[in-house]
Amino acid sequence: MDFSLMQRVFPFFVEAALVTIQISALALILGLAMAALAAAAKLSRSWVLRAVGTAYVSLFRGTPCLIQLFVLYFGGPQIGINLEPFAAGVIGLGANIGAYMAESIRGAILAVDKGQTEAARTIGFGRAQTMRLVVLPQAARLMIRPLGVNTVALVKGSALVSTISVVELTYTAQRFIGSTYKPFEIFGVAALLYMIIVYAVARTVDMLDRRYAQV
Amino acid sequence: MQGLDFSTVLPYTDLLLKGVWWTVVLTTSSAVLSFFAGILFAIAVLYAPAVVAYPVRLFMWLFMGTPLLLQLFLIYFGLVQIGLDIPALGAGILGLGLHFAVYNADVLRAGIVAVDPGQSEGARSIGFGRWQTLRYVVVPQAVRNTAPPIGSNMIALLKESSLVSVIGIAELVHAAQLAISETFRPFEFYITAAALYYLLNLVLEEGLRRIEKKVEVSR
Repeated sequence: MDFSLMQRVFPFFVEAALVTIQISALALILGLAMAALAAAAKLSRSWVLRAVGTAYVSLFRGTPCLIQLFVLYFGGPQIGINLEPFAAGVIGLGANIGAYMAESIRGAILAVDKGQTEAARTIGFGRAQTMRLVVLPQAARLMIRPLGVNTVALVKGSALVSTISVVELTYTAQRFIGSTYKPFEIFGVAALLYMIIVYAVARTVDMLDRRYAQV
Repeated sequence: MQGLDFSTVLPYTDLLLKGVWWTVVLTTSSAVLSFFAGILFAIAVLYAPAVVAYPVRLFMWLFMGTPLLLQLFLIYFGLVQIGLDIPALGAGILGLGLHFAVYNADVLRAGIVAVDPGQSEGARSIGFGRWQTLRYVVVPQAVRNTAPPIGSNMIALLKESSLVSVIGIAELVHAAQLAISETFRPFEFYITAAALYYLLNLVLEEGLRRIEKKVEVSR
């Protein structure tokens, strides 16, 4: 192991890790928004909305994230969408993880005991009131863990944006492996930074879960 | 901005179908590797002496916490580094196989622990050795009980196999890229590739549903 090399390249990787964090965080926000909309659409009474929600979830879960990024970034200009790599990365990753998160949210909502809804409706709550005041508060607890799993997958999946030349952790690793021919050392440095981010996310999810989900 | 023209895809049908074929080969071989390696890892973590169990745990921990793409670069360049010059396809199968073996092992470990201890006690008392007990009694039940999560790992594997295009394996994405380099029509070819993945995914899901049903019946 060439530790001095690892030390020399470390600053570049810290900078790259910040890009990985940024892109994951922005994609997370976008993904949660899309997921909430898609889950609501799939649970709606209108068949049009249900069809739209189902199509989104099924298409984005049924095809590779890499292809989705390529369609957006390389194919986008053909239909008038010109995006910078970073923006394309955020939108591509966000739209992809949104489809998975929609299922986590929908699953949590469906997992709330039916008796809760029935009771709320019996005492005169409307559909919207029942959802907002009775079902969602209980579902929110149940979705912490699955959404946390999705978020960890998002952080690791963010490596894909290296293929559309966003200079994040994996892009930096690939460049240094190519120039130094020390794959193990470079992997070690990149892995360390990924582990720190993934571990921080996992601990945060654990904390939220302990705080809100254990009743 | 140029108009979209999906008829440009037609002359490249053969190329794309060849890509589909290699995606299927790659996914199948990695799936088989990930299944058996997953069983071995799970057994190693649970029963092997510490000198074996700890390195396996470290390896699993590292591979679960880092992106597949990064692991593919490590394996592709790392193998050359340690003097093993295997073709890209081998590196791709090894990378995908090991990555998903780790996820399968994580599921199987829980599955093995969950098998009723009476099963192995029974097997031991009728004269099975430790290895035989695992091989014929415990592991088959664990595999059966964990079929659904292992199935979803295999669905993920099919989609993630697209990543090996970056190390130059001529699978579906790579085929699309080749066609794009001649036609300059990324939108049409990537959408076509996406549609082909979607179809493969449907086929795989149907296959897994049948396997799960069979497993369910034999219980």
